[in-house]
Amino acid sequence: MEWVEKVTPLIETLDLSKSYDQAEALKNINMKVDRGEVLAVVGPSGSGKTTLLRLMNLLEMPTAGKIFFDGRDTACSDADRVALRRRMGMVFQQAVLFNETVYENVAYPLKIRAFSERKRDFNVRDTLKLVGLSGFEKKRATALSGGEAQRVALAQAMVFEPELLLLDEPTVNLDPRNVSTIESVILKVNRERGTTILISTHNMLQAEQLAARVAVLRDGELAEIGGAKEIFRKPSDFLASFGRVLNVFTGRCQLGPEGTAIIDIGGGVKIEALTTKIGSITVFIRPEEIIVSKSPIVSSARNMLKGKVEEILDLDQSVQLKVDAGRLFTVNITKRSFQEMKIDLGSDICLSFKASSVYVM
Amino acid sequence: MNLILEGLLKAFWLIVSFDREVYEIMFLSLRVSGVAVLIGALLGVPSGATVGLKEFLGKRFLVSIVNTFMGLPPVVVGLLVYLLLSTSGPLGVFQLLYTPEAMIIAQLIMVIPIVMGVTISSVSSVSKGIREKALSLGATDWQMTLKVLEEARLGISTALIVSFGAAISEVGAVMIVGGNIRWATRVLTTAIVFETELGEFGLAIALGSILLLLAFMINWVLTYLQWSGLRR
Repeated sequence: MEWVEKVTPLIETLDLSKSYDQAEALKNINMKVDRGEVLAVVGPSGSGKTTLLRLMNLLEMPTAGKIFFDGRDTACSDADRVALRRRMGMVFQQAVLFNETVYENVAYPLKIRAFSERKRDFNVRDTLKLVGLSGFEKKRATALSGGEAQRVALAQAMVFEPELLLLDEPTVNLDPRNVSTIESVILKVNRERGTTILISTHNMLQAEQLAARVAVLRDGELAEIGGAKEIFRKPSDFLASFGRVLNVFTGRCQLGPEGTAIIDIGGGVKIEALTTKIGSITVFIRPEEIIVSKSPIVSSARNMLKGKVEEILDLDQSVQLKVDAGRLFTVNITKRSFQEMKIDLGSDICLSFKASSVYVM
Repeated sequence: MNLILEGLLKAFWLIVSFDREVYEIMFLSLRVSGVAVLIGALLGVPSGATVGLKEFLGKRFLVSIVNTFMGLPPVVVGLLVYLLLSTSGPLGVFQLLYTPEAMIIAQLIMVIPIVMGVTISSVSSVSKGIREKALSLGATDWQMTLKVLEEARLGISTALIVSFGAAISEVGAVMIVGGNIRWATRVLTTAIVFETELGEFGLAIALGSILLLLAFMINWVLTYLQWSGLRR
């Protein structure tokens, strides 16, 4: 393990703090982002996510503390800061594009880096293809939809092949189709180019899908940092309060005859869980741990509910269903299953999940 | 009515017959105002961009001064330049009074605040988001400024059109510092004043319509460039 210690993190903060007038936006943040990893920064709005990313992009100066990029102190001359900034790309929450064509927008970072005309053209077309905007070259950036604009912004930040991508809630307010395009592009550049990615989000599902590690910000402080699995398996109340955790139910828990816990979550729905907590309790069930079938199935799953499909949401790679089973459940299934099962609005389906899939908060 | 019609016919005739004096007057007008606007743009756009983008003490005061000077009465500018250039004035040694150069200087003083003022306001109206975006994508300060100017191109080209219009139609300043000397410093506006005073209404109307036509043509070309520049 000793050699691991010697690898310099791509970006590292040391007691990083930032205040605006009187308000402290960030307090003593100490974190490391390793080369090639995807780290999600989660936290409710106002927790300091944007400030952290802006500081890392060297757009602002910290009030106290330091940021090291590839081992170099970023509190250096303006020219050196520009040189460091040129090694990272940032996507802002609101896409800001120049009043010119899509092609010119994406070519701009290459132009100011004096890339050759040929390389420029190749990279622009390649990147536009990656974000699914081939054929948009001549369109004016001001005429794009919100989702398209954000994909252009992502292309701008990636076109010069940065070592680090800083993404500030890049998919907030976008429709599911654009969200999944952007998410898959992020994963792709991380896998294929080894680009290090730091993404801020308040969507836990997104953080979990994309990131191996998660940092939780609370009121400008680093509340938790660690593996995504560990953090999301047992989310703290704080995380669940903003994290858009689906299938959250509060009910009364009683011990059942076989020693398992029975929770009455209302609407005539009782679910079994593995807990020793009794009384008022809040639980959640992850949408992908719920099995969908057309008719009741025999399995080891302790919970089986019948319901009607109320809503169908196309997520590009998967389909999200809202099912009324007394209480409203959200489930995710693959497109293939969705088609094979011939599910429609109003279809009667069964939901099964294990007692161990009911997580107690 | 007769008078106006006569004047228009005369104007037409002077133009198609390539009347030497009329063309000389016209070209001098174009040269004086064109050079003034060109120098004004070279000085006013960079300084306006700097003021618009940088934060410094007394910026608001400077901007209000510039805005006040945008409406500077040409006669007052003429008087000021006259005093500066007259033989006993501080710049008298250059002997510029009653030359086209003096007229350029006077118009330049009028043009700079217009170019600067409009540049300041159009550069400041480019959102902070655009500036940050350019920096975030790796632009140096200089590259960011160029990008902001590009984003503000509509406002800046408007500044040039407006200042050219103000310069070529201005009479007070060029009259005082140029002296309306025939074959030397007579421009369209001073010629119109002169011919009207002589009662040569036909010629005055002719020169007036040439001035209008010229202003229209130049604005048309600039507006066309402006739009095609925006649409690119």
